[in-house]
Parts: sequence; C-alpha cells; structure tokens
Amino acid sequence: MNSQQKTVVIGVSAGGMEALTVIVKSLPKDFAPAMIIVQHQKEDSDNFLVHYLNERSKIPVVEAEDKQKIGAGRIYIAPPGYHLLVEGDEQFSLSIDAKVSFARPSIDVLFESAADVYAENLIGIILTGANSDGARGLKKIKDAGGTVIVQDPETAHTKAMPLAALALTKADYILPLEKIGPLLYNISGGTKDSKGIT
Amino acid sequence: MKPIEIEEIEIDLILDAMFKRHGYDFRDYARASLKRRLMHRVISENLSHISEMFPKIMRDEAFFKRLLLDLSITVTEMFRDAGFYQAFRETIVPKLRVFPFFKIWHAGCATGEEVYSMAILLHEEGLLKKAQIYATDFNSRALESAKEGLYAADNLALHEKNYSDAGGKTALKDYYRAMYQSFKIHDFLKEKITFADHNLATDGVFGEMHVILCRNVMIYFNQKLQTRVLTLFLNSLDHRGYLCLGKKESLFTTGVVDAFERVSREYSIYRKK
Ligand SMILES: C[S@@+](CC[C@H](N)C(=O)[O-])C[C@H]1O[C@@H](n2cnc3c(N)ncnc32)[C@H](O)[C@@H]1O
Repeated sequence: MNSQQKTVVIGVSAGGMEALTVIVKSLPKDFAPAMIIVQHQKEDSDNFLVHYLNERSKIPVVEAEDKQKIGAGRIYIAPPGYHLLVEGDEQFSLSIDAKVSFARPSIDVLFESAADVYAENLIGIILTGANSDGARGLKKIKDAGGTVIVQDPETAHTKAMPLAALALTKADYILPLEKIGPLLYNISGGTKDSKGIT
Repeated sequence: MKPIEIEEIEIDLILDAMFKRHGYDFRDYARASLKRRLMHRVISENLSHISEMFPKIMRDEAFFKRLLLDLSITVTEMFRDAGFYQAFRETIVPKLRVFPFFKIWHAGCATGEEVYSMAILLHEEGLLKKAQIYATDFNSRALESAKEGLYAADNLALHEKNYSDAGGKTALKDYYRAMYQSFKIHDFLKEKITFADHNLATDGVFGEMHVILCRNVMIYFNQKLQTRVLTLFLNSLDHRGYLCLGKKESLFTTGVVDAFERVSREYSIYRKK
C-alpha cells in the first residue's frame, strides 16, 4: 500500500443505519480507501447491519475480524460487544476491555489507535448520535495531522455526537450526509491500486 | 523522530524490563490495546511518559502489581455468549458421556464466572461427577476471587438472562446463595475445580485434556503468540479433543489451522484432527 493511500474511520450511533446507507450507497465501485466503521449496537446484535449495508454497497462490506489484514476497497464494521483497534502492521485487534464512554465498541478506541498508525493519511468522520463518544478520538486524528469531517448537526438525526465532536476539534469539513461520500472520493485520491486489492 | 516512534521504543524497553526483572512476558501482546493499558497506568500515576515507569518497574513491587492488574483484562460474565453453551450441550456433551472420566481446562479463567457456568452445565447434564476441571490464569488476584466464588450482585440480571438463553434447566438461583449486594456460588460446584497459576506466554503443556476453553484471551496476543499458545493447546489435548475459542476468534490467521477441524463456525468450536 503506498503512503498516499487514505484510510477512513467513521463513528456513528443513534440513527446510524440510515446515515451509513446514504454514504455507502454514494461510493463508486473503484473507491480506494479501506473504510472502518464503529456503529454503536446492542451487545447481542447479530450481523444484520453488515448484510444490510453489503446489499446496498458497490464495495464489499464485512465484519472486522481479529488479526485480519486491513485491505483497500473494503468496508469493515466493528463486531458488537468488542472494541476494534488498528495495529501497527495494519491488522485489526479486538478487545473486551470495559466500556469506554458507555460503549463497546467505542469510537474513541478505534480512532485513537488508527490515528497512531495512519497519522496524516487518516480521515475521521463523526455522524449522528446521542452521546459524546468519538470526540476525543477525532481530536487525536486532527492532532496527528489527519483530516476530520463532522456531519452538520442541523442535518443529523441526533445532533449530540456531532456537537460534542465540534466542541473539541475544529473540523476540516462540516457537511450534510449527501455531500460526504462525494467529498471522500475526491480527497482520497484516485482509484484502487492493484496491489491493495486482496 | 515523531512522538509516536519514540513511544514505540519506550514500549519495547519497558516490556523488556518487565520480562527481565519479573519474568512476565508481554512482548508478543497485540500492541494497540497494550499501549492503551500502559497509558492508563501512566495517567493514573500522574506520569507523562511510558519511560517514567522504568525505575518503578525495577524497584517498586507495589507499583508493579498495579501495572500487572492493568495488563490483565478480567471482564467476564456467567454464560457469556449463551449460544455457545447451547452448542456445547449439543455437540460436546454427548461425546463426554462415553468417557468414564474426563478433563477440562479453562485457560484465562479470569474471576471464574465461565468455570462455574461450565460446572453448572455439567451438573445439569449429570456429568459433573466424572469431570476434573482445571482453571488457570496468570492474574493471582483474579484467581483468588475465582476460588471465593463471591460476586457483586450488579450483573445478576445479566447472568440470569444468559443462563436461561444458554438452555439452563432450572434457575440460576439454585446455584448460589444471595447475600447483601453479592452472591456466593454453592460449594458443591467447586469440588471438581482446581485453580492454578499458569502463564500462557511462558509456561508449558497441561496434559491430556478432553476439552480446552480459551475464550477472549488470545485476542490480546499477536499472531506469533497466538500460534505458540495454540501449539501448546494442541499438545495438551487428548486424541480428538475439543478447543473452544471466543465467539469472534478463529484459527484462520494462525499457524495451526490444519491441525484442527471446525465444529461450530458461529461459536468457534474446533476439534483436534
Ligand atoms: C477477558 S478475560 C476472559 C475471561 C473468560 N474466559 C471469558 O471469556 O469471559 C481474559 C483473561 O485472560 C488472562 N490472560 C491474559 N494473558 C494471559 C496469559 N499470558 N496467561 C494466562 N492468562 C492470561 C487475563 O488475566 C484475563 O483474566
């Protein structure tokens, strides 16, 4: 994977299924970055969300697995009940540490570990939600040189989470959902590099 | 050098120090969550950098104990992933019935909830008398609570729900004595359990097991350590013995995938070939 290749992390809570559908649907088949999503869910949820998004996406949507290599052009969803972390060799790790900000998976945990690994090549996005998970993680992404996007709170199903994120970090972009997909395609640069497809 | 690169060096050195000074080997743990735990200790002690823990690791026993507890995540439940216990009843219990005597090893038993869940299941299947259960962990504080079998009542509703989802045959309250804000597991469930200190990163084989459970432990390891531990399990299992991993764990990223066949995909149950 070349060093210009971007990776996208998304954190979303209440109202997430609709929000994610809008973004995922808008991504073209040749969308290059790996996209890693934490959606707060009940611990014992099945993988309905993965199937649901996969049916609506041109890019494969899968549940993230422990020690799985993170590949370009894939959308990964954190499994319910586990924290999802990015390791230095671009693999996932799961953990069942205590909840962070009342959540497991926690957006902060994913964002903070991803910021360490991807630094300026990371794009972090906070969408609708009723709590403040992700605000700290988004700040860390920004501090590490990454790009941060927050859903325009006025357009969010529930605006507490975007507001909490904006209170801590100056976002590079504040946008309604429909504009996020196209922006990602533009700033993530180009199409899949054949080496990145596995 | 970037701050993150400096931190990486600090972590390497601290892990070396812990191993050389105390014999605890965290060098092949998955780094991202290990780093979170180390940073947690740094902040709790009002320090600013990981390297500031070095002199304390060398000379301050009380500090090292606190650090060790931070690095052992003991979050657990009774009948966690209830469906697993259903699957265990359906696939493994019938095989255990044919033995006059069998051995089960819970590796990474934490505070014991998983072991008592198994003892209850075996009791309900009429198999507890024939069982010998070993429950190990490297966290001696957790092992102490496991031996006690005394738990806070906070999570009781969750345990009860798990118990009935797991196909429990009576009621969970038949197996404990309710006390003020806590509950204590009945002694008859403890008779067949031996608790012992065992470190999966450095200790050896535990012989001739019919079933090994190691759930939600190896997610904290890197692939190298996962493969070491799985080889240890392979060598500790009886012919055609079973290996039960956590719901989101699999053998596919490890070096021993060919030595096992998969029995349940959903609940990560494997059998030695
Ligand atoms: C999250 S708990 C899992 C408890 C239980 N098996 C369950 O699934 O609910 C993980 C346990 O693994 C133990 N552990 C971690 N590293 C270990 C090692 N090297 N040797 C033995 N136990 C270890 C920890 O101390 C902790 O109690």
